[in-house]
Amino acid sequence: MTKRNQRLLGVAALLIGVGVAATLGFTAFRKNMMYFYTPSDLAAGTVPVGAAAQLGGLVEAGSLTRGDGLKVEFRVADCAKNIPVRYEGVLPDLFREGQGVVADGYMNDEHVFVATRILAKHDENYMPPQVADALKGNPDTGKHSCMPFKAVDKTVAAS
Amino acid sequence: MIPELGHFALILALGIAFLQTVAPLLGYQRRDAKLLAFAGSAAQAQFFCIAFAYACLTISFINTDFSVAYVAQNAHTDLPMVYRVSAVWGAHEGSLLLWMLMLSGWTFAVSVFNRRIPAELSALVIAVLGVISTGLLLFMLLTSNPFDRLFPVPMQGRDLNPLLQDFGLAIHPPTLYMGYVGFSVAFAFAVAALITGKLDAAWARWTRPWTTTAWIFLTLGITLGSWWAYNELGWGGWWFWDPVENASFMPWLAGTALIHSLAVTEKRGLLKSWTVLLAILTFSLSLLGTFLVRSGVLVSVHAFASDPARGLFILIFMAVVTGSALTLYAWRAPKLATVGDLHLFSREGLLLLNNVFLVVACAAILVGTLYPLVLDALNLGKISVGPPYFNAVFLPLMVPLFVLVGFGAVVPWKKGKAGETWQRLKLPALFAVAFAIVVPLALHGQAALLAVTGALLGAWTIVAASQDVWRRIRAKPSLVAGIASVPRATWGMTLAHAGLGIWALGVAFVISYGFEKDVRLAPNATTEIGDFTFGFVGAQEAKGPNFTAQQGEVTIERGDHSVTTLYPQKRFYPSQRNVMTESAVDATLLRDLYVSLGEGFADGSWSLRIYVKPMIRLIWLGGVLMFFGGCLAASDRRYRLARAADRKLALDGGTQAA
Repeated sequence: MTKRNQRLLGVAALLIGVGVAATLGFTAFRKNMMYFYTPSDLAAGTVPVGAAAQLGGLVEAGSLTRGDGLKVEFRVADCAKNIPVRYEGVLPDLFREGQGVVADGYMNDEHVFVATRILAKHDENYMPPQVADALKGNPDTGKHSCMPFKAVDKTVAAS
Repeated sequence: MIPELGHFALILALGIAFLQTVAPLLGYQRRDAKLLAFAGSAAQAQFFCIAFAYACLTISFINTDFSVAYVAQNAHTDLPMVYRVSAVWGAHEGSLLLWMLMLSGWTFAVSVFNRRIPAELSALVIAVLGVISTGLLLFMLLTSNPFDRLFPVPMQGRDLNPLLQDFGLAIHPPTLYMGYVGFSVAFAFAVAALITGKLDAAWARWTRPWTTTAWIFLTLGITLGSWWAYNELGWGGWWFWDPVENASFMPWLAGTALIHSLAVTEKRGLLKSWTVLLAILTFSLSLLGTFLVRSGVLVSVHAFASDPARGLFILIFMAVVTGSALTLYAWRAPKLATVGDLHLFSREGLLLLNNVFLVVACAAILVGTLYPLVLDALNLGKISVGPPYFNAVFLPLMVPLFVLVGFGAVVPWKKGKAGETWQRLKLPALFAVAFAIVVPLALHGQAALLAVTGALLGAWTIVAASQDVWRRIRAKPSLVAGIASVPRATWGMTLAHAGLGIWALGVAFVISYGFEKDVRLAPNATTEIGDFTFGFVGAQEAKGPNFTAQQGEVTIERGDHSVTTLYPQKRFYPSQRNVMTESAVDATLLRDLYVSLGEGFADGSWSLRIYVKPMIRLIWLGGVLMFFGGCLAASDRRYRLARAADRKLALDGGTQAA
């Protein structure tokens, strides 16, 4: 084999390698991309049942109910709509009624969002930027006042 | 008074940084030795100014001087002394000052240790570092001055974020920064080589120890960060593909590629322009990491308070630095054309392949990290890319890389021979296969595909990588003479590669055989996970210096005998009204038992998060071994021996030029 051929072979091997990696990457990317939705988006029903999604909003005050073991249900709301969320597991330290959360999961056919992971940041003033943006609403119309969802008094402490 | 002195020192440093940039460049253009020599003095003066400013801020923290806004936001009179010192870099302004301290420290080191290299090159390197320094000092003084005063002076500070009140924080960010910033030296060397158009084996030999040293710190910083996340965040994992973790991992991958391509440039004089490009990219990725963390564009545990002006400034700065370096590269790189052959089946060929895999992995992570940000910036929707993406792309790319590591230690430079390679590697290969079948079965009774693959690659990497040392020792008459004859760089390489293998073992076993369980337990109830029985005794009040806590008691038994008792805490910090989870871990090399408290219920039961993580310690052990390997490689004798020769060469070259 001449040097030229050898080099061509090397280049071909590299191209194939990079191509395979790109294909792998692209497929994995498509599969694991999660769109972020507000409760209004999900309530509109445009999101297919079972598709991976992120839901962000405020935990509606008074909506938290506990079931067996670690099962919980609560409602995540924005200014217009709310969506029931089901979750089983330990809730994060800063999970509070009236405060912002982001949940990873999917909509099931009963129109309940089944969460596989709940995020709430370790900072009481924190609101996930997506949630903050979504709550700003439309500045032109001025609708979406979020007064009912103002943070509740934080007296939870370590009890 | 002290804060004003600090502020003044920063302004002075900015002036010096500007001179440090301009004087050597002028000196280079006019061939003026005095101006060139000014670079070193400026670098040293700048370092002392910044160290002074840093000391001022530290003193303000120790005295809890709440008239300084930054101190008021991040300290409290109840804060223990060690955290007052570490609180200096607990938020944006101070961590930027720390960044600056490190940058000027590296520049200082260059000015001290670079006496052996040609004055021109050394001065240009310092000038390039001066550009970076000027930009960041401007950034700090204009948008994030840590010495801003606060009136009226509050009676009490807001305290350091409790999440950061841990020993891990005291060392994780500084080490990471040392690494990030350290790559600026490699970057400066690359740009200086582009300016002078001279890039030879000597250049590579000067650049290598600096690059390796930066890499050492980055390796340690990432390892510590992973350990800290596991220990402190209460998430029980060791890597989350969090964008900020990725931000530190991308320069690591690029830097690892750089270390290897520098080896080729030094030994064979090949891949020159590729090495230069990698040096530019590695530092650009470090800047990108800073941007991602500082700009608040990320939803992450690391993101500090967001301020769009800051993000924009860093983005522009990054664009200027990277953009001008790449333009210079496009213009000058053809000058660095390589003469010589490269066979694919030779050490340099394998190292080139190693670079391809590392860079592709880095690019894949870059896409996954930046794509959501770009989409959001263009208002095309908000998405997030989950960890499965990163696992699906990263892990397969690592498989050929690990196979290559084994070959790399055995195949010689220039051209390898298939027969000889096979002779040397057949035993390691056999051992790896046996290990991969026996160990997962013996320890866990079942052979998961991932565990077998990980064990195979891990054992292969460790055994094949040690071939080089083994052969060198066998060539000598006695063991002692043999061990003494192995150069430090070879020990370093072997140790680092063995660390990689150990890391792979840990990763594969944790993913394959780990258990995670969230349970709700009433007092005196038990639950079984794997072979272990976890019993929840109950929870009681406990008190710390600046927090109160609920402390759980969990007994762990295996079969009939008791393994240990763990005391996880749920802490409440009154100063910030913040709740923190303090997990409790019982660790051995073969497994970790991890318990953290969730929330307490009215009936006295608690939600508990319980993990059994086999071999998770190996992941960090691997990182630590890579760290030590890097230390050995960076302190190799030939860098010190080469000094005398280089100095002579530089002197001769200097006289000829003059």
